[in-house]
Amino acid sequence: MVGIITYGAYIPRFRVKTEEIARVWGANGAEIAAGLGVMEKAVPDLDEDTLTMSVNAARFALDRRYVNPDEIGAIYVGSESHPYAVKPTAATVGEAIGATPVMTAADYEFACKAGTAGIQTCMGLVKSGMVKYGIAIGADVAQGAPGDALEYTAAAGGAAFVIGNEDVIAEINHTCSFTTDTPDFWRREGQDYPRHGGRFSGEPAYFKHIQGAARMMLEKMGTEPSDYDYAVFHQPNAKFPRNVAAMLGFTAEQIKPGLAVPRLGNTYSGAVPVGLSATLDIAKPGDRIFVTSYGSGSGSDAFDITVTDAIETLIDRKAAPSVEDLLNNKKYIDYAVYAKHKGKIVRAA
Amino acid sequence: MSVPRFWRKQPQRYNIIGTKCETCGSHFYPPRTICPQCRRDGKIVDHKFRGTGKVVTFSIIRTASEPYDYEAPFPIAIIELDEGTRMTAPVVCDLDEMEIGMPVQATFRKIVADGDSGMIVYGTKFVPVK
Repeated sequence: MVGIITYGAYIPRFRVKTEEIARVWGANGAEIAAGLGVMEKAVPDLDEDTLTMSVNAARFALDRRYVNPDEIGAIYVGSESHPYAVKPTAATVGEAIGATPVMTAADYEFACKAGTAGIQTCMGLVKSGMVKYGIAIGADVAQGAPGDALEYTAAAGGAAFVIGNEDVIAEINHTCSFTTDTPDFWRREGQDYPRHGGRFSGEPAYFKHIQGAARMMLEKMGTEPSDYDYAVFHQPNAKFPRNVAAMLGFTAEQIKPGLAVPRLGNTYSGAVPVGLSATLDIAKPGDRIFVTSYGSGSGSDAFDITVTDAIETLIDRKAAPSVEDLLNNKKYIDYAVYAKHKGKIVRAA
Repeated sequence: MSVPRFWRKQPQRYNIIGTKCETCGSHFYPPRTICPQCRRDGKIVDHKFRGTGKVVTFSIIRTASEPYDYEAPFPIAIIELDEGTRMTAPVVCDLDEMEIGMPVQATFRKIVADGDSGMIVYGTKFVPVK
Protein backbone atom coordinates (compact mmCIF):
# COMPACT_ATOMS: atom_id res chain seq x y z
CA MET A 1 0.00 0.00 0.00
CA VAL A 2 1.14 3.56 -0.65
CA GLY A 3 2.83 5.22 2.27
CA ILE A 4 5.91 6.83 3.77
CA ILE A 5 9.27 5.22 2.96
CA THR A 6 11.34 7.59 5.11
CA TYR A 7 11.17 11.15 6.46
CA GLY A 8 13.37 13.96 7.74
CA ALA A 9 12.85 17.34 9.35
CA TYR A 10 14.99 20.46 9.50
CA ILE A 11 14.80 23.37 11.95
CA PRO A 12 17.35 26.22 12.06
CA ARG A 13 19.09 26.69 15.42
CA PHE A 14 18.26 30.32 16.17
CA ARG A 15 15.32 31.24 18.42
CA VAL A 16 13.69 34.50 19.41
CA LYS A 17 11.33 34.56 22.37
CA THR A 18 7.78 35.83 22.10
CA GLU A 19 8.50 38.16 25.03
CA GLU A 20 11.47 39.68 23.17
CA ILE A 21 9.30 40.53 20.15
CA ALA A 22 6.63 41.96 22.48
CA ARG A 23 9.25 44.09 24.26
CA VAL A 24 10.10 45.87 21.01
CA TRP A 25 6.47 46.66 20.20
CA GLY A 26 5.51 47.67 23.74
CA ALA A 27 3.13 44.75 24.18
CA ASN A 28 2.61 42.43 27.13
CA GLY A 29 4.85 39.50 26.20
CA ALA A 30 3.75 37.13 28.94
CA GLU A 31 0.12 37.66 28.02
CA ILE A 32 0.75 37.16 24.27
CA ALA A 33 2.89 34.04 24.83
CA ALA A 34 0.22 32.55 27.07
CA GLY A 35 -2.60 33.50 24.70
CA LEU A 36 -0.90 31.99 21.64
CA GLY A 37 0.75 29.18 23.57
CA VAL A 38 3.96 30.02 21.69
CA MET A 39 7.03 30.70 23.84
CA GLU A 40 9.65 31.08 21.10
CA LYS A 41 10.09 30.61 17.38
CA ALA A 42 12.81 29.32 15.05
CA VAL A 43 14.71 31.88 12.98
CA PRO A 44 16.83 31.04 9.91
CA ASP A 45 20.55 31.72 9.75
CA LEU A 46 21.72 34.44 7.36
CA ASP A 47 22.45 31.80 4.73
CA GLU A 48 19.32 29.67 5.16
CA ASP A 49 16.10 29.80 3.17
CA THR A 50 13.31 27.46 2.14
CA LEU A 51 15.55 25.80 -0.42
CA THR A 52 18.44 25.03 1.95
CA MET A 53 16.02 23.71 4.59
CA SER A 54 14.29 21.55 1.96
CA VAL A 55 17.60 20.05 0.83
CA ASN A 56 18.73 19.36 4.39
CA ALA A 57 15.37 17.79 5.34
CA ALA A 58 15.47 15.57 2.22
CA ARG A 59 19.07 14.54 2.97
CA PHE A 60 18.12 13.67 6.56
CA ALA A 61 15.30 11.49 5.18
CA LEU A 62 17.79 9.69 2.92
CA ASP A 63 20.27 9.33 5.81
CA ARG A 64 17.63 7.29 7.64
CA ARG A 65 17.09 4.89 4.75
CA TYR A 66 18.87 4.28 1.47
CA VAL A 67 16.72 5.10 -1.53
CA ASN A 68 18.29 4.84 -4.97
CA PRO A 69 18.26 8.47 -6.20
CA ASP A 70 17.68 7.24 -9.77
CA GLU A 71 14.36 5.77 -8.63
CA ILE A 72 13.08 9.09 -7.29
CA GLY A 73 10.74 10.17 -10.07
CA ALA A 74 9.11 13.26 -8.60
CA ILE A 75 9.91 16.07 -6.18
CA TYR A 76 7.39 18.66 -4.97
CA VAL A 77 8.27 21.46 -2.59
CA GLY A 78 5.35 23.26 -0.97
CA SER A 79 6.09 26.71 0.44
CA GLU A 80 4.99 30.34 0.44
CA SER A 81 8.61 31.49 0.58
CA HIS A 82 10.32 29.93 -2.42
CA PRO A 83 13.57 31.91 -2.92
CA TYR A 84 12.73 32.62 -6.55
CA ALA A 85 9.39 33.78 -7.94
CA VAL A 86 10.35 31.89 -11.10
CA LYS A 87 12.89 29.05 -10.86
CA PRO A 88 11.93 25.86 -9.10
CA THR A 89 13.15 25.04 -5.60
CA ALA A 90 12.33 21.39 -6.33
CA ALA A 91 14.85 21.15 -9.20
CA THR A 92 17.69 22.31 -6.95
CA VAL A 93 16.59 19.81 -4.29
CA GLY A 94 16.71 17.11 -6.98
CA GLU A 95 20.23 18.15 -8.00
CA ALA A 96 21.42 18.28 -4.38
CA ILE A 97 20.24 14.73 -3.61
CA GLY A 98 21.41 13.30 -6.92
CA ALA A 99 17.93 12.52 -8.27
CA THR A 100 18.22 14.53 -11.50
CA PRO A 101 17.71 14.35 -14.46
CA VAL A 102 15.04 11.64 -14.92
CA MET A 103 12.38 13.10 -12.64
CA THR A 104 9.53 15.57 -12.65
CA ALA A 105 9.55 18.51 -10.26
CA ALA A 106 7.45 21.51 -9.34
CA ASP A 107 6.94 24.04 -6.59
CA TYR A 108 3.59 24.19 -4.85
CA GLU A 109 1.89 27.05 -3.06
CA PHE A 110 -1.30 26.78 -1.02
CA ALA A 111 -0.50 28.91 2.03
CA CYS A 112 0.24 26.51 4.90
CA LYS A 113 -0.91 23.27 3.25
CA ALA A 114 1.29 23.11 0.15
CA GLY A 115 3.45 20.40 1.77
CA THR A 116 0.53 18.03 2.30
CA ALA A 117 -0.69 18.78 -1.24
CA GLY A 118 2.73 17.48 -2.36
CA ILE A 119 2.21 14.28 -0.38
CA GLN A 120 -1.13 13.75 -2.15
CA THR A 121 0.46 14.34 -5.56
CA CYS A 122 3.22 11.83 -4.82
CA MET A 123 0.61 9.32 -3.61
CA GLY A 124 -1.19 9.61 -6.95
CA LEU A 125 1.99 9.20 -8.99
CA VAL A 126 3.10 6.21 -6.92
CA LYS A 127 -0.30 4.50 -6.90
CA SER A 128 -0.67 4.92 -10.65
CA GLY A 129 2.76 3.41 -11.20
CA MET A 130 4.11 6.54 -12.89
CA VAL A 131 7.01 6.78 -10.42
CA LYS A 132 8.57 4.40 -7.89
CA TYR A 133 9.34 7.08 -5.31
CA GLY A 134 8.23 10.69 -4.94
CA ILE A 135 9.46 13.26 -2.44
CA ALA A 136 7.09 15.78 -0.89
CA ILE A 137 8.54 18.63 1.13
CA GLY A 138 6.79 21.34 3.12
CA ALA A 139 9.08 24.15 4.28
CA ASP A 140 8.89 27.87 4.93
CA VAL A 141 10.71 30.89 6.17
CA ALA A 142 7.36 32.24 7.30
CA GLN A 143 6.68 35.90 6.71
CA GLY A 144 5.06 38.17 9.26
CA ALA A 145 5.19 41.98 9.02
CA PRO A 146 7.03 43.84 11.79
CA GLY A 147 4.55 44.60 14.56
CA ASP A 148 1.83 42.39 13.05
CA ALA A 149 0.25 39.63 15.14
CA LEU A 150 1.85 37.07 12.78
CA GLU A 151 5.32 38.21 13.75
CA TYR A 152 5.02 36.44 17.11
CA THR A 153 4.69 33.07 15.43
CA ALA A 154 6.09 33.21 11.84
CA ALA A 155 8.98 30.73 12.03
CA ALA A 156 11.35 28.66 9.88
CA GLY A 157 11.50 24.91 9.35
CA GLY A 158 10.25 22.04 7.24
CA ALA A 159 10.15 18.33 6.61
CA ALA A 160 10.47 15.88 3.72
CA PHE A 161 8.67 12.60 3.06
CA VAL A 162 9.66 9.95 0.56
CA ILE A 163 6.47 8.34 -0.70
CA GLY A 164 6.44 4.84 -2.18
CA ASN A 165 4.50 1.63 -2.48
CA GLU A 166 6.69 -1.11 -1.04
CA ASP A 167 8.07 -1.68 2.46
CA VAL A 168 6.56 1.53 3.79
CA ILE A 169 7.18 2.57 7.40
CA ALA A 170 3.67 4.04 7.52
CA GLU A 171 0.73 3.19 5.30
CA ILE A 172 -1.45 6.08 4.17
CA ASN A 173 -4.85 4.40 4.36
CA HIS A 174 -6.77 7.30 2.87
CA THR A 175 -6.58 11.01 2.08
CA CYS A 176 -9.33 13.52 1.40
CA SER A 177 -9.56 17.29 1.10
CA PHE A 178 -11.99 20.12 1.80
CA THR A 179 -11.48 23.31 -0.22
CA THR A 180 -13.35 26.61 -0.69
CA ASP A 181 -12.54 30.17 -1.78
CA THR A 182 -12.12 31.85 1.62
CA PRO A 183 -10.10 35.11 1.70
CA ASP A 184 -8.67 34.87 5.22
CA PHE A 185 -4.98 35.43 4.37
CA TRP A 186 -3.08 36.37 1.23
CA ARG A 187 0.08 37.91 -0.17
CA ARG A 188 0.10 39.69 -3.51
CA GLU A 189 2.95 39.35 -6.03
CA GLY A 190 5.95 41.47 -5.03
CA GLN A 191 4.73 42.10 -1.49
CA ASP A 192 7.09 41.20 1.35
CA TYR A 193 4.43 40.33 3.90
CA PRO A 194 1.01 38.70 3.87
CA ARG A 195 -2.21 40.37 4.96
CA HIS A 196 -4.89 38.58 6.89
CA GLY A 197 -8.41 38.90 8.16
CA GLY A 198 -7.52 38.75 11.85
CA ARG A 199 -10.25 36.82 13.68
CA PHE A 200 -11.81 35.95 10.32
CA SER A 201 -8.96 33.42 9.92
CA GLY A 202 -10.52 31.38 12.75
CA GLU A 203 -14.12 30.22 12.56
CA PRO A 204 -14.97 30.44 8.81
CA ALA A 205 -11.44 29.49 7.78
CA TYR A 206 -9.26 27.26 10.02
CA PHE A 207 -12.02 25.59 12.04
CA LYS A 208 -14.48 25.12 9.18
CA HIS A 209 -11.96 23.54 6.82
CA ILE A 210 -10.11 21.34 9.30
CA GLN A 211 -13.40 20.05 10.65
CA GLY A 212 -14.74 19.62 7.11
CA ALA A 213 -11.84 17.42 6.02
CA ALA A 214 -11.51 15.62 9.36
CA ARG A 215 -15.19 14.70 9.63
CA MET A 216 -15.18 13.54 6.00
CA MET A 217 -12.25 11.27 6.84
CA LEU A 218 -13.87 9.84 9.99
CA GLU A 219 -17.07 9.15 8.07
CA LYS A 220 -15.30 7.54 5.12
CA MET A 221 -13.13 5.32 7.34
CA GLY A 222 -15.92 4.56 9.82
CA THR A 223 -13.64 5.56 12.69
CA GLU A 224 -13.88 7.53 15.92
CA PRO A 225 -11.16 9.84 17.26
CA SER A 226 -10.46 7.23 19.95
CA ASP A 227 -9.37 4.78 17.21
CA TYR A 228 -6.22 6.87 16.67
CA ASP A 229 -3.10 6.92 18.83
CA TYR A 230 -1.97 10.35 17.65
CA ALA A 231 -3.36 13.35 15.80
CA VAL A 232 -1.59 16.24 14.07
CA PHE A 233 -3.43 19.42 13.11
CA HIS A 234 -2.14 22.57 11.48
CA GLN A 235 -0.64 24.71 14.20
CA PRO A 236 -0.54 28.48 13.53
CA ASN A 237 -0.46 28.79 17.33
CA ALA A 238 -1.07 26.26 20.12
CA LYS A 239 -4.62 27.41 20.81
CA PHE A 240 -6.19 26.57 17.42
CA PRO A 241 -5.05 22.91 17.19
CA ARG A 242 -6.00 22.30 20.84
CA ASN A 243 -9.46 23.75 20.22
CA VAL A 244 -10.09 21.94 16.94
CA ALA A 245 -8.91 18.67 18.48
CA ALA A 246 -11.40 19.11 21.32
CA MET A 247 -14.21 20.02 18.89
CA LEU A 248 -13.56 16.80 16.95
CA GLY A 249 -13.20 14.64 20.06
CA PHE A 250 -9.41 14.15 20.13
CA THR A 251 -7.62 14.42 23.47
CA ALA A 252 -4.71 16.64 24.50
CA GLU A 253 -2.58 13.48 24.84
CA GLN A 254 -3.22 12.45 21.23
CA ILE A 255 -1.96 15.76 19.81
CA LYS A 256 0.91 16.29 22.25
CA PRO A 257 3.81 14.60 20.36
CA GLY A 258 2.98 16.40 17.11
CA LEU A 259 2.42 19.83 18.66
CA ALA A 260 5.77 21.48 17.97
CA VAL A 261 4.43 25.05 17.78
CA PRO A 262 5.04 26.13 21.42
CA ARG A 263 8.82 25.81 20.93
CA LEU A 264 8.98 26.20 17.15
CA GLY A 265 6.40 28.75 16.04
CA ASN A 266 4.33 28.45 12.88
CA THR A 267 6.43 27.13 10.01
CA TYR A 268 3.52 27.59 7.57
CA SER A 269 3.92 24.83 4.91
CA GLY A 270 6.34 23.10 7.27
CA ALA A 271 3.94 23.00 10.24
CA VAL A 272 2.04 19.74 9.70
CA PRO A 273 5.06 18.02 8.07
CA VAL A 274 7.21 18.83 11.14
CA GLY A 275 4.36 17.75 13.46
CA LEU A 276 4.00 14.46 11.58
CA SER A 277 7.79 13.94 11.69
CA ALA A 278 7.78 14.48 15.46
CA THR A 279 5.02 11.90 15.78
CA LEU A 280 6.86 9.39 13.57
CA ASP A 281 9.94 9.95 15.76
CA ILE A 282 8.17 8.26 18.68
CA ALA A 283 5.60 6.06 16.89
CA LYS A 284 5.53 2.28 17.27
CA PRO A 285 4.33 -0.37 14.81
CA GLY A 286 0.54 -0.45 14.69
CA ASP A 287 0.08 3.17 15.84
CA ARG A 288 -2.58 5.03 13.90
CA ILE A 289 -2.09 8.73 13.16
CA PHE A 290 -4.77 11.22 12.12
CA VAL A 291 -3.43 14.24 10.23
CA THR A 292 -5.21 17.35 8.97
CA SER A 293 -3.43 20.34 7.48
CA TYR A 294 -4.88 23.78 6.78
CA GLY A 295 -3.92 26.33 4.17
CA SER A 296 -5.48 29.75 3.98
CA GLY A 297 -7.47 30.58 0.96
CA SER A 298 -8.66 27.88 2.04
CA GLY A 299 -8.33 24.14 2.24
CA SER A 300 -7.52 21.16 4.42
CA ASP A 301 -5.97 17.79 3.54
CA ALA A 302 -6.69 14.88 5.89
CA PHE A 303 -4.66 11.66 6.13
CA ASP A 304 -5.30 8.39 7.94
CA ILE A 305 -1.94 6.72 8.59
CA THR A 306 -0.95 3.39 10.15
CA VAL A 307 2.64 2.81 11.24
CA THR A 308 4.10 -0.55 10.16
CA ASP A 309 6.73 -2.91 11.59
CA ALA A 310 9.19 -1.47 9.04
CA ILE A 311 9.62 1.66 11.19
CA GLU A 312 11.71 -0.49 13.53
CA THR A 313 13.43 -2.68 10.97
CA LEU A 314 13.89 -0.90 7.65
CA ILE A 315 14.89 2.60 8.74
CA ASP A 316 17.41 3.90 11.23
CA ARG A 317 15.58 6.75 12.90
CA LYS A 318 18.72 7.71 14.84
CA ALA A 319 20.68 8.30 11.61
CA ALA A 320 19.19 11.82 11.44
CA PRO A 321 18.17 14.29 14.15
CA SER A 322 14.68 13.92 15.61
CA VAL A 323 12.40 16.97 15.85
CA GLU A 324 13.16 16.95 19.59
CA ASP A 325 16.92 17.04 18.83
CA LEU A 326 16.38 19.93 16.43
CA LEU A 327 14.23 21.85 18.92
CA ASN A 328 16.83 21.40 21.64
CA ASN A 329 19.72 22.58 19.44
CA LYS A 330 19.10 26.28 19.89
CA LYS A 331 20.70 29.65 20.35
CA TYR A 332 18.68 32.65 21.48
CA ILE A 333 19.03 35.94 19.65
CA ASP A 334 17.53 39.35 20.38
CA TYR A 335 15.08 41.23 18.18
CA ALA A 336 17.80 43.23 16.41
CA VAL A 337 19.73 40.13 15.32
CA TYR A 338 16.46 38.41 14.42
CA ALA A 339 15.53 41.41 12.26
CA LYS A 340 18.88 41.12 10.46
CA HIS A 341 18.47 37.37 9.94
CA LYS A 342 15.02 37.88 8.43
CA GLY A 343 16.18 40.73 6.18
CA LYS A 344 13.95 43.24 7.98
CA ILE A 345 16.99 45.46 8.36
CA VAL A 346 19.77 45.58 5.79
CA ARG A 347 23.16 47.25 5.78
CA ALA A 348 23.26 50.45 3.75
CA ALA A 349 25.07 50.10 0.45
CA MET B 1 28.53 37.34 -11.47
CA SER B 2 28.90 34.77 -14.22
CA VAL B 3 25.91 32.41 -14.11
CA PRO B 4 27.44 29.62 -16.25
CA ARG B 5 30.59 29.64 -14.13
CA PHE B 6 28.62 28.63 -11.04
CA TRP B 7 26.36 26.26 -12.97
CA ARG B 8 29.41 24.31 -14.24
CA LYS B 9 30.60 23.78 -10.67
CA GLN B 10 27.25 22.59 -9.29
CA PRO B 11 28.25 18.93 -8.77
CA GLN B 12 31.31 20.01 -6.77
CA ARG B 13 29.51 22.73 -4.83
CA TYR B 14 26.28 20.88 -4.04
CA ASN B 15 27.52 17.35 -3.48
CA ILE B 16 31.32 17.54 -3.01
CA ILE B 17 31.95 15.47 -6.10
CA GLY B 18 35.66 15.16 -6.74
CA THR B 19 37.74 12.40 -8.26
CA LYS B 20 39.61 9.32 -7.17
CA CYS B 21 42.56 7.48 -8.71
CA GLU B 22 41.63 3.82 -8.82
CA THR B 23 45.30 2.88 -9.31
CA CYS B 24 46.68 4.36 -6.07
CA GLY B 25 43.47 5.18 -4.16
CA SER B 26 44.17 8.94 -3.83
CA HIS B 27 41.17 11.27 -3.63
CA PHE B 28 41.07 14.75 -5.16
CA TYR B 29 38.97 17.80 -4.43
CA PRO B 30 38.64 19.94 -6.48
CA PRO B 31 38.63 17.13 -9.03
CA ARG B 32 41.85 16.35 -10.89
CA THR B 33 41.80 14.73 -14.29
CA ILE B 34 45.35 13.28 -13.96
CA CYS B 35 46.79 11.59 -10.87
CA PRO B 36 50.07 13.36 -9.98
CA GLN B 37 51.54 10.09 -8.63
CA CYS B 38 50.43 7.57 -11.22
CA ARG B 39 50.49 9.86 -14.26
CA ARG B 40 49.53 7.85 -17.35
CA ASP B 41 49.01 4.70 -15.24
CA GLY B 42 46.35 6.39 -13.14
CA LYS B 43 42.64 5.72 -13.64
CA ILE B 44 40.58 8.70 -12.59
CA VAL B 45 36.87 8.29 -11.73
CA ASP B 46 34.29 10.61 -10.11
CA HIS B 47 33.96 10.30 -6.35
CA LYS B 48 31.19 11.66 -4.15
CA PHE B 49 32.70 12.51 -0.78
CA ARG B 50 30.75 11.52 2.32
CA GLY B 51 30.92 15.09 3.60
CA THR B 52 32.41 14.28 7.00
CA GLY B 53 35.81 15.34 8.21
CA LYS B 54 37.69 17.44 10.75
CA VAL B 55 39.08 20.96 11.02
CA VAL B 56 42.81 21.07 10.25
CA THR B 57 43.11 24.80 10.82
CA PHE B 58 40.95 27.90 10.50
CA SER B 59 40.85 31.65 10.35
CA ILE B 60 38.13 34.05 11.48
CA ILE B 61 37.17 36.46 8.72
CA ARG B 62 36.25 39.72 10.38
CA THR B 63 36.58 42.08 7.42
CA ALA B 64 35.02 40.31 4.50
CA SER B 65 34.77 41.63 1.00
CA GLU B 66 31.41 42.35 -0.59
CA PRO B 67 29.01 40.54 -0.85
CA TYR B 68 30.08 38.34 2.06
CA ASP B 69 30.49 41.24 4.49
CA TYR B 70 26.98 40.94 5.94
CA GLU B 71 27.87 37.53 7.38
CA ALA B 72 31.15 38.60 9.06
CA PRO B 73 32.65 37.56 11.37
CA PHE B 74 32.69 33.93 10.18
CA PRO B 75 35.20 31.06 10.24
CA ILE B 76 36.86 29.65 7.13
CA ALA B 77 38.55 26.33 7.68
CA ILE B 78 40.76 23.83 5.95
CA ILE B 79 38.87 20.60 6.41
CA GLU B 80 40.36 17.16 6.02
CA LEU B 81 37.67 14.95 4.59
CA ASP B 82 37.47 11.38 5.92
CA GLU B 83 38.59 10.05 2.53
CA GLY B 84 41.87 11.89 2.97
CA THR B 85 41.89 15.07 0.93
CA ARG B 86 41.52 18.64 2.15
CA MET B 87 39.19 21.44 1.15
CA THR B 88 38.63 25.04 2.22
CA ALA B 89 35.11 25.92 3.31
CA PRO B 90 33.14 28.10 5.73
CA VAL B 91 32.04 26.51 9.01
CA VAL B 92 28.70 27.61 10.45
CA CYS B 93 28.98 27.84 14.24
CA ASP B 94 29.72 30.23 17.09
CA LEU B 95 33.25 31.60 16.85
CA ASP B 96 34.19 30.20 20.27
CA GLU B 97 33.10 26.72 19.15
CA MET B 98 35.82 26.61 16.49
CA GLU B 99 38.61 24.24 17.40
CA ILE B 100 41.38 22.46 15.52
CA GLY B 101 40.46 18.79 15.23
CA MET B 102 36.70 19.47 15.56
CA PRO B 103 34.61 16.90 13.64
CA VAL B 104 32.38 18.55 11.03
CA GLN B 105 29.80 17.48 8.49
CA ALA B 106 28.57 19.07 5.28
CA THR B 107 25.37 21.09 5.17
CA PHE B 108 23.59 22.85 2.32
CA ARG B 109 23.60 26.65 2.52
CA LYS B 110 23.25 29.79 0.51
CA ILE B 111 26.69 31.03 -0.55
CA VAL B 112 25.82 34.37 -2.11
CA ALA B 113 23.01 36.22 -3.85
CA ASP B 114 23.61 38.57 -6.76
CA GLY B 115 21.63 41.55 -5.46
CA ASP B 116 17.83 41.48 -5.34
CA SER B 117 17.29 40.25 -8.89
CA GLY B 118 20.31 38.12 -9.77
CA MET B 119 20.86 34.44 -9.17
CA ILE B 120 21.28 32.87 -5.76
CA VAL B 121 24.27 30.56 -5.46
CA TYR B 122 23.98 27.55 -3.15
CA GLY B 123 26.63 25.15 -1.98
CA THR B 124 28.35 23.30 0.82
CA LYS B 125 29.36 24.67 4.18
CA PHE B 126 30.20 22.66 7.27
CA VAL B 127 28.65 22.43 10.73
CA PRO B 128 30.06 20.83 13.89
CA VAL B 129 28.98 17.22 14.38
CA LYS B 130 26.62 17.25 17.39
